[in-house]
Amino acid sequence: MRVGPGAYLLLSALLFGIGVAGVLIRRNAIVVFMCIELMLNAVNLSFITFAKTNGSIDGQVLAFFVMVVAAAEVVVGLGILVAIFRKRSSASVDDVNLLKG
Amino acid sequence: MLLGQRLRRLAGWLATLAVAAAFVVALAAFFELLSHDAEGRSQVLRGYQWFASGDLRVAFDLRWDPLSAVMALVVTGVSSLIHLYSIGYMEHDERRETFFAWLNLFVASMLVLVLAQNFLVMFLGWEGVGLCSYLLVGFWFNRRLLLVNPLGRLVEGEPDDTYEVWAPPAAKKAFLANRIGDVGFLLAMFLIFATFGSLDFDDVFGQATGLASGTATAIALLLFVACTGKSAQFPLYVWLPDAMAGPTPVSALIHAATMVTAGVFLVARTHVFFEVSGTAQTVVVVVGAFTALLAALIAIGQDDIKKILAYSTVSQLGYMFIGVGLGPIGYAAGMFHLVTHAFFKAQLFLGAGSVMHGNDDDTDIKHFGGLRTAMPITFWTTMVAWAAIIGVPFLAGFYSKDQVLAAAFEHGGVGRLAWVVGVLTAGLTAFYMSRYVFLTFFGERRWPEGRHPHESPPVMTLPLIVLGVGAVVAGFALTTFTGEGGRFQRFLEPVLGAPEEHESLAGAFGLSAVATGVAAAGAVAAYLLYARQVDWLALRRRYASPWRALADRLYVDQAYELFTVTLGGALAAFLARTVDQRGIDGAVNGVAELVGSGARSGRRLQSGLVRSYALGVLGGAVLIVAFLVFRP
Repeated sequence: MRVGPGAYLLLSALLFGIGVAGVLIRRNAIVVFMCIELMLNAVNLSFITFAKTNGSIDGQVLAFFVMVVAAAEVVVGLGILVAIFRKRSSASVDDVNLLKG
Repeated sequence: MLLGQRLRRLAGWLATLAVAAAFVVALAAFFELLSHDAEGRSQVLRGYQWFASGDLRVAFDLRWDPLSAVMALVVTGVSSLIHLYSIGYMEHDERRETFFAWLNLFVASMLVLVLAQNFLVMFLGWEGVGLCSYLLVGFWFNRRLLLVNPLGRLVEGEPDDTYEVWAPPAAKKAFLANRIGDVGFLLAMFLIFATFGSLDFDDVFGQATGLASGTATAIALLLFVACTGKSAQFPLYVWLPDAMAGPTPVSALIHAATMVTAGVFLVARTHVFFEVSGTAQTVVVVVGAFTALLAALIAIGQDDIKKILAYSTVSQLGYMFIGVGLGPIGYAAGMFHLVTHAFFKAQLFLGAGSVMHGNDDDTDIKHFGGLRTAMPITFWTTMVAWAAIIGVPFLAGFYSKDQVLAAAFEHGGVGRLAWVVGVLTAGLTAFYMSRYVFLTFFGERRWPEGRHPHESPPVMTLPLIVLGVGAVVAGFALTTFTGEGGRFQRFLEPVLGAPEEHESLAGAFGLSAVATGVAAAGAVAAYLLYARQVDWLALRRRYASPWRALADRLYVDQAYELFTVTLGGALAAFLARTVDQRGIDGAVNGVAELVGSGARSGRRLQSGLVRSYALGVLGGAVLIVAFLVFRP
């Protein structure tokens, strides 16, 4: 059975929405990272879909870029998280509120 | 002040010499003036240019004409005698060099005032004498001086006198009252410049006859306000009695003979404005008459000999203003009274100073009595001055006062009213002056224990004698009996104009007889009350209410205090508390408060929570996307 590009885009939107909700709601920093990854992957999916429907491979190239950037970002993010965790042995994002005005 | 300690003893002589030299120069210039005929008797010396601003050019120009000659001779002549007197009077004072320096500065300022050729230079002298008056009245600024209690001997148990430091407030009062008058002078100058484009006398007086009566009235009245301040007329006379806190030579010079006469001189000099404006003339005459009467009444109730003389000065100045306010008929009379008054009032003050000098600086008349044997020269010279001021026939005061009264009567209208007031005041003058003389020199001795009154040294009595001679001869030497005025009037005619009306010899004789009769009545009344034994308490209790009112200076000072101090204080308190603290500070603080609360509410955005920031980012992103998608 063939599904149109619309279904892929809908899936992408849903994944993005779940990712956003997760970033806003979850307290554990690692879960927030995972939700960010989810958002990025959702965007990747929509890029691929559009590349297929437009017949050019620009979307696929962009998806590669996104994956590379996501990887680098995860390295840096996890590095920061580990450093914070060593200091205060808590991975909750609510605890890093020292910039409170 | 220049050569310091070594010349300390000579300071007085140096100062006296300077003024005496000025007198000699004035005398020489006077004779030089006489050598010209009547028309050419006015010389202008164009001096160094002071400043030029826009259309206004002011230079240190001086004018020598009969009017300024008269004033200059009076000023330098009487000043030299008073300087001489001060050498003895201030002998034991440790700051006497400063005293003489300021006294000289005063004479210099007064000369600038009378010799000025334009209003601004005159104002320079005007302010200068005001300044010197402040300095000299406040000369004993840290000394406890005698203050006579107005209720002494009226209320049982009240002390006769107290000792207080009252020179600084008196000096400030003098300066402030003068200042109020100076505002009038300044406004008049502004108006004159605006109308005529110049401040020079020749320019202004030449064009003044064609002036609109409204402007002339304004200028004249503003100048007269300045006169009420400087020459102590109602309502600005209140500083003069208080100014008796200064040394007696100061009172004699400044407050009898010279500074206070500056106002009379001003009216005479600017008489053109007063002639154009009948209203201003009436005002001058009425104020002069009223002041003369008021001051004479207050003088009756004073126990301090210097205060009696101070109020007498205010009263006699009123006569002078009646004279110069009448128009051409009265100018010479007013100026003549100025000259004679300078002689006998200075003599009275110096005599009072002599009495004080011999009585431990006591000024309370209740402690004198029978001094004629202890201080003969002072006694005789004071009697001469007494005779002159009450108008004993053929002495100076007789001529001058009767001339003023005759001119007032002739003038008609408000002049007749002034004549009535003037005659009444003459009677009161005789009364209080006779009271002064009888209580001081006659009667029983009331000296406190241990006091030995003695005559003053010759350096003080010599000026008294010279002034006494002047008081006697100045009258018939300078004028005649009738309203025609004689030599003095003719001398001043080029400046002041000739009167249009003359009166008959019989008329003048009649008026004079009335005035002299009233004065004699006043003197007799004082003799009956005061010349022998005086039961103070009974006398004062008998007339308790009027006595209290007169002794308390008819409550004029209290009215001033109520108006300025109380009202001003209340106004200041209101402005400070309500307007400044609550209003203005409230506004400023309110703005700060507003900013603070705004910041406090804004701060709540900075929660520090990552998730709320993330929510903010999301919200912003949604808005941007919506904008891009739904762009119109």
